[in-house]
Amino acid sequence: MERIPILKMGDYLLVTIQVDMHDRLALTLQDDLTEGIARTRARGVLIDISSLEIVDSFIGRMLGNIAAMSRVLDAETVVVGMRPAVAITLVELGLSLPGVRTALNVEQGMSLLQGARAEQENANGRAER
Amino acid sequence: MNQKAQSLIPDRSRIPEMIAKRESDLLTDWMREQLAATTLRSDLMRESELREQSRQFLNLVIRAASQQPGLNDINAPAWEEAREFLSGVSRSRAHQGFSPSETATFIFSLKQPLFSLMRQELEGDPRKLADEMWVATALLDKLGLYTTEAYQKAREEVIRRQQQELLELSTPVVVLWEGILALPLIGTLDSARTQVVMESLLEKIVETGASIAIIDITGVPTVDTLVAQHLLKTVSAARLMGADCIISGIRPQIAQTIVHLGVNLTDVITKSSLADAFAVALRRARMVITRAENHG
Amino acid sequence: MAVLKDETMSIKSSEDVVRVRQVAREFAAEQGLSLVDQTKIVTAASELARNTLDHGGGGTVRLEAINSEPRRGLRLTFEDQGPGIPDIELALKDGYTTGGGLGLGLSGAKRLSNEFEIFSRVGEGTRVTITRWK
Repeated sequence: MERIPILKMGDYLLVTIQVDMHDRLALTLQDDLTEGIARTRARGVLIDISSLEIVDSFIGRMLGNIAAMSRVLDAETVVVGMRPAVAITLVELGLSLPGVRTALNVEQGMSLLQGARAEQENANGRAER
Repeated sequence: MNQKAQSLIPDRSRIPEMIAKRESDLLTDWMREQLAATTLRSDLMRESELREQSRQFLNLVIRAASQQPGLNDINAPAWEEAREFLSGVSRSRAHQGFSPSETATFIFSLKQPLFSLMRQELEGDPRKLADEMWVATALLDKLGLYTTEAYQKAREEVIRRQQQELLELSTPVVVLWEGILALPLIGTLDSARTQVVMESLLEKIVETGASIAIIDITGVPTVDTLVAQHLLKTVSAARLMGADCIISGIRPQIAQTIVHLGVNLTDVITKSSLADAFAVALRRARMVITRAENHG
Repeated sequence: MAVLKDETMSIKSSEDVVRVRQVAREFAAEQGLSLVDQTKIVTAASELARNTLDHGGGGTVRLEAINSEPRRGLRLTFEDQGPGIPDIELALKDGYTTGGGLGLGLSGAKRLSNEFEIFSRVGEGTRVTITRWK
């Protein structure tokens, strides 16, 4: 069965979505990522959507779910590479992707993930347990 | 009914009948004329496509005739479908780069084949043949002219679009600093222009990887609801993509208009001057400007 | 109004939804719609195709490239023989959802199109037509 490959880069997982996904494939990705985060104890997930020409409410929901589930598993998610036409359409559609952090490209996304992690570790260190 | 032409034009033309009866011969002859014409552009259009267009056109003539047996007024509703078809043909040829003559040949090259057909069908009735040839000539001339006019309109559309693309290219998005863009807008903004400009800003953001864009409207005298909405949509779109926008140069009058229009700016950072906006942007980007030490 | 080209597709699986997006994109590009407008109509098509599949029990979509001087556009008609929508006004409200989704399908498609028409009868089915002009 076809799957979208998930790469491991150090403490982070990287997914590049390059095909126009049908719904089942998207749900499989959601499951695979959640499982992958838990298994590898990844600190963050980077999802590259620069190849996507269309993001509809289903994909939007998928991204939101991934962000929420990874947060529960103590990982951050950043979505990168959204195309302008897609962003304009999402605004028109009224879809704001709540809970999903975004960055322009992989480089900025990684630095966001690493920064977020550092911040969190500081906070954890300061908090009294 | 067109009173003027009544004396010359028969109430009911037999042309549609003749076309229907001998369609495939007519189509073959017409195709031969078109393919032999010096104006043929085989580099721009495939023979099969041309044949399909020709066939469709003949059918549309027959259909129009069912509502207007005299074939005398191409501006009537009966000819609407045919006119739209011809507009489509002209437009696509204009876009593909055909010349006006090359486009009009589509219609005019039908004359000879149609006349030959009519001569064969109406052999025993010279008077009828003469009447019908008049109908055919008048009709094809009108349709030919219509095609040429539609071509003109389409060319104008192409030119307008090219002008707009030029405008897009000339939209001054400035890289103020690494990762910081500025878009100084000048003059009155209309909805269409604003959209174009905003789209190109978003493209520039991706191109340069700038995470902060300053939209400066100091040079914009008035802002209406539509423009304000476009601005806000652009800010939202940029944020979705992973960049932030700052709107600067909001003069008191514009601030009043915006509040008056009920436009919600609470989510957007606004600064009164481009300089202030730049300072905020630098802070966001965690950059600091320091004065160089004097070397005595 | 003249129909320059038309195609009917069946929507019976999620792969069909993908195919609808692709064909809608082709039609939109051929009609000369800008990239942003193409994206909008294809996204709307995706929403409605999915609705047809998930709520309508499957159905069809008819895509038409249309010409209405001087405008050109694309019209999509989604049809199913499903349960129908009891309260259309409610269904068109943002955030309304029966399936745990984001509730943006119908209202979203409406916002992304220039023209939107919906007919639905409980127990008989639903037909949604959207049009995007260049």
